[in-house]
Amino acid sequence: MQPDHHDIELKVNGTTHRRGVESRMLLSDFLRHELLLAGTHVGCEHGVCGACTILVNGAPVRSCLMLAAQANGQQLSTVEGLANDTGELHPVQQAMHDHHGLQCGYCTPGILMTMTAFLKENPAPSEEEVREALSGNLCRCTGYQNIVDAMMAAAQAMRAAAS
Amino acid sequence: MTTRFFGAPIKRNEDKKLLTGQALFIDDVELPGMLHVAFLRSQVAHARIQHIDVSRALKRPGVVAVFTADDLGAYWKPGPLLVPPPPISGIVFNQRTQVPLAKDKVRHVGEPLAIVVAESRYIAEDALDDIEVDLEILRAVVDLEHGLGTSSVHVHDDLGSNISAHVRQIKGDYRCAVAKADLVLKRRFHYEHGISSPIETRGVVAQWNARGSQMTVWDTTQAPVFIRNGLAAMLGLSERQVRVIAPFVGGGFGPKIMMFYPEEVALPWISMRLNRPLKWIEDRLEHFFATTHERGQIHDAEIAVDSQGRILGIKDVFLHDTGAYNPYGLTVPINSQCTLLGPYVVPAYDSTFTAVFTNLPIVTPYRGAGRQHGVFVIERLLDLAAGELNIDPAEIRRRNLIPPDAFPYSNEIIYQDFQPLEYDSGNYEPVLDKALETVGYNHFIKHEQPKLRAQGRCVGMGVACYVEGTGIGPYEGAKVQVQANGKVSVATGIGTQGQGHFTSFAQIAADQLGVDVTEVDVVTGDTDQFYWGAGTFASRGAVVAGNAVNEAARVVRQKALKLASDAFECSEDDLVIADGKVSIVGIPQKFIRLGELAQRANPMRGAVKPGTEPGLEATQYFGPPSGATANGVHAVILEIDPLTFELKILKYVVVHDCGTVINPMILAGQIHGGVAQGIGNAFYEKLSFDDQGQLLNASLADYLLPTALEVPRMELAHITTPSPLNPLGIKGAGEAGAIPVGPLFAQAIENALNVGRKKVELLEIPLSPSRLFELTRMADQP
Amino acid sequence: MKPAPFNYIAASSLAHALSLKAEHGDEARFLAGGQSLIPAMNFRLARPAVLIDINGVGHLAGVDRSNRAEIRIGALTRYRDLERDGDFLKACSLFADALPHIAHPQIRNRGTIGGNLSHADPASELPAIAVAMEATMRIKSATGERQMAASEFFVGVLSTDLQAHEMLVEIAFPTPKPRTGACFMEVARRRGDFALVGIAVVMTLDDARRCSTVRLALCGVGETAVDVSKVAFPLIGQSCTTETIEAVAAGVRDAIAPSGNVHASADYQRHIAGVLAVRAISAAHQRVRHAA
Ligand SMILES: Cc1cc2nc3c(=O)[nH]c(=O)nc-3n(C[C@H](O)[C@H](O)[C@H](O)COP(=O)(O)OP(=O)(O)OC[C@H]3O[C@@H](n4cnc5c(N)ncnc54)[C@H](O)[C@@H]3O)c2cc1C
Ligand code: FES
Ligand code: FES
Repeated sequence: MQPDHHDIELKVNGTTHRRGVESRMLLSDFLRHELLLAGTHVGCEHGVCGACTILVNGAPVRSCLMLAAQANGQQLSTVEGLANDTGELHPVQQAMHDHHGLQCGYCTPGILMTMTAFLKENPAPSEEEVREALSGNLCRCTGYQNIVDAMMAAAQAMRAAAS
Repeated sequence: MTTRFFGAPIKRNEDKKLLTGQALFIDDVELPGMLHVAFLRSQVAHARIQHIDVSRALKRPGVVAVFTADDLGAYWKPGPLLVPPPPISGIVFNQRTQVPLAKDKVRHVGEPLAIVVAESRYIAEDALDDIEVDLEILRAVVDLEHGLGTSSVHVHDDLGSNISAHVRQIKGDYRCAVAKADLVLKRRFHYEHGISSPIETRGVVAQWNARGSQMTVWDTTQAPVFIRNGLAAMLGLSERQVRVIAPFVGGGFGPKIMMFYPEEVALPWISMRLNRPLKWIEDRLEHFFATTHERGQIHDAEIAVDSQGRILGIKDVFLHDTGAYNPYGLTVPINSQCTLLGPYVVPAYDSTFTAVFTNLPIVTPYRGAGRQHGVFVIERLLDLAAGELNIDPAEIRRRNLIPPDAFPYSNEIIYQDFQPLEYDSGNYEPVLDKALETVGYNHFIKHEQPKLRAQGRCVGMGVACYVEGTGIGPYEGAKVQVQANGKVSVATGIGTQGQGHFTSFAQIAADQLGVDVTEVDVVTGDTDQFYWGAGTFASRGAVVAGNAVNEAARVVRQKALKLASDAFECSEDDLVIADGKVSIVGIPQKFIRLGELAQRANPMRGAVKPGTEPGLEATQYFGPPSGATANGVHAVILEIDPLTFELKILKYVVVHDCGTVINPMILAGQIHGGVAQGIGNAFYEKLSFDDQGQLLNASLADYLLPTALEVPRMELAHITTPSPLNPLGIKGAGEAGAIPVGPLFAQAIENALNVGRKKVELLEIPLSPSRLFELTRMADQP
Repeated sequence: MKPAPFNYIAASSLAHALSLKAEHGDEARFLAGGQSLIPAMNFRLARPAVLIDINGVGHLAGVDRSNRAEIRIGALTRYRDLERDGDFLKACSLFADALPHIAHPQIRNRGTIGGNLSHADPASELPAIAVAMEATMRIKSATGERQMAASEFFVGVLSTDLQAHEMLVEIAFPTPKPRTGACFMEVARRRGDFALVGIAVVMTLDDARRCSTVRLALCGVGETAVDVSKVAFPLIGQSCTTETIEAVAAGVRDAIAPSGNVHASADYQRHIAGVLAVRAISAAHQRVRHAA
């Protein structure tokens, strides 16, 4: 079958990109290898590990389970857009550093994207709620405890900053 | 030396890159003109290859080349034996190592048959469908006992059996022990470990630079120097022409040290042939077959004890599944054999194992590396003996611990590093006490448990001990260099996969050189930055490379002091090195910055004095005489739903002694992660093969890695008994978290369930709710 | 794990989507949330030649309660939208119970009700719920529309009565009667995994607090969601007691023929079905009593 191409235009971390893509190009591959935003990681390509989690219009989704063509006209956020322009870490990133919430760091971008969205929706979560929110992201290194602690601390820091 | 950083919970230098998506992982390597590789892998476990036809694949647009075993010509060779068999008398070892592409026969599902090189991975995968393979399917060897039976087919036809190895090790006289014993217990134990399943799979990128006659390979390996040396030999290049870079690696846990994987052999060679850079990234499906497993053993084990529960002797005969090939030698079963002895005085030991070839993926070490299997057997035997003798499970352990004055303690048999198994140091009882205290052992048993049981709740307590042989040789090296800008660079040859080496090595160097940790840049895993080394395995990185860093930094410190004393025309004793400068004691305004000293050490004019070297740098090596033995105790309180057998962990405690601690924050992380993998192994992760050698759950939806909801909060405590085997006194800790979780769960679940029913004995790992249902039902049957 | 080639067409309207499906038939698949279809394509277990993306089609998503007799859910409604709809969850407590068990938030942000039901995974929670709630499936094609009962819609493992040219556009549940209680429970290996066994119970009591109707459906134990309401007949006209509930649970165990899988033996599944029947019927009963 002839490859079938689509012109797409999308915004990633506020920057507009226009590209032609083959229908079957996964959004994860598109971000990583076409836009060279390689911070979004790929661990399974079947939706389970969560490493590829990004935000589409603010909601965390698996970029390995979307086609690049489907991102046409959408607003995406990836880990590269979390820290501010001056390089200051997002409170969730900072808390992960402070609490040793990452080891190999491969799962980390997906966790950051999942949890920044979660904490926006639930700024004062219980530990159990944090664990539930995290359960769609596998980490093989940390045993999660320090990630959970980081999220509780980040939530608190963000609440403090907001008030 | 001041120890401002050593021992402190210093935050990690490497985090920022990782947190902002800027760290380079293998799949992030993009090279102009790069082609993509996919492997055609066997769908069946055992078959004779009749014919492979790649002609259709070659015609597909976008396909650049296709290779089968025949195309590799003289390059096709079985891989090297990584670890030769240790010097044990009477040992049988039949070496059969993996091949780059299957030639006459396929021996496990996933074994590669052909390689497609294409313009994209998508097209390469399309072309896999175009290849026609004609196979004569053979019966598969899956069951270990059947595999040794006379009617079994053979994985390696020329061998005449499926015996990969046979080893017996003896200490004392077991028959005597039995004669003296008040109780002898015998059981059969099944222990299966799974796959390490790092969230990043493996990958290789190879780039041949014809102009420079230079091969560069990016590889997710834990041992870049060995890969460099091996590749140079295979490709007919000198080591200097090959550069291997292990970039940031997304978790390893053992299997990423295996070598040579077929992909590591194939890509560099093809890159030379095509003169194009190539990339292969293992996908998750491939990972289930193409990366090594650890899997199972069956132990028939016997313990002889006196009436007080003191161990008189242990006899063990076990079978070990080595998979289709045995490139890693005997490391896993020898570890099982040795670690079974645990922290206990075992006067007599008679242990025999047979390693069996099967038509299943290759077995090599995965975090714990066979130690789990041995620990499961001894811990369960002690529980059974305790039950028979009506001794408290914690007490029977206490009675058998090696006393603190008995170190160094020789276990007489030979360990994986070829040295006699000798524990360097330890103080075991305080570790046990601390664990019991932290988990609230007595209170739980006496008060809480009876109360909860009265409410119909099935709650149980478990406590398990283990030792972990760590930090084995041969050696590692480190180069420490002060840069002109005052920054310190540390280079070592090991690869790193999240263990925090960028920080712990920086802490060591920072203390020696009086700079801030953030001023130290650590480079690991690039053979052009550091030439020699062995790799990250057996919890050795921190111990062996850490000590090398310390030695090198110490020499640089001496050089700095010497240069400064020349400059100030004072004695070295009058100098302090701190805050990135050397100053005269009591006259802080009289100082020279380290960076300036580095410049002075590389003068533009004048001669370098004979016997001295330019630069403020040093390279040192460290090789421990033998491994350091860490130890620990885990304790758990858990609850089982009596009807559904679902499990909930109520409290989890780890008390650990790994000698001097470089960074307690990183250590805690290692333990948390180990426990999480241990929990996966004990209750969630099971490789389910059918009798044809097909893996029935090759996806992360069905191979169940624990999530944040399965892993509990852990309480950690430490006891410190420094190792006498290295100047820093450290012992490794990488595997400690994972080792004793199986027996711990078995003990605690039994304790939870065995109320008002016939006793269930849990003699296998992994367990699951369904399995617990079956086992209790069998036990309940009249 | 990259999908085989296909043509991708973003449908601009329902009519467009249906005419494309009419044109391509079995060769084409609708792409809804993609949370089952794209994994299957990445494994190359599914190789549609044409993918008709219905995410841009208007009026396919949302809950409509304008008709008092029924609650209508558009096929493209995402799990997450239902999770956030408090009124809906109050009215359909089975969803409130079941949604947290379906995968993880990231997947629930994409996955759709229509995609789930069309995919017809027998271990999925929703088909059992649809059957227990006596849902009506509304189906359209370029040439017409029809509707059918959920219990007839599911015909086998991953297979439904949908024809090659048809789309599931909506499901509708009768609005629960007063004095109705419901409960969904499941046992899975980890939260978010497909159920080893799940059970949906809907129970209505009469004025005298005796059962007037009981609906029971299971997932994970057959080739489709399994309707075992029949075994609850003895409960009708009775009040719920430990004994009557135990009797129904025994009936449930006998009525199913689970096949076992890598995570659970058939015996365990049967056992769990009984355990969950007791727990879920008791809980549903509790809920009615609390509500009444
Ligand atoms: C990690 C993971 C865990 C999961 N766990 C669970 C779980 O526990 N329980 C559970 O139920 N599900 C689970 N799922 C599956 C998930 O719920 C899917 O969202 C759902 O099964 C399919 O919905 P979808 O909208 O994503 O459909 P798609 O994947 O887009 O489509 C599925 C199928 O239905 C067809 N289709 C879609 N919409 C229509 C329509 N309107 N009319 C006709 N045909 C249509 C498609 O062509 C395709 O064949 C899980 C998925 C993942 C990735
Ligand atoms: S790569 Fe997308 S979920 Fe694993
Ligand atoms: S830090 Fe390695 S997978 Fe999470």
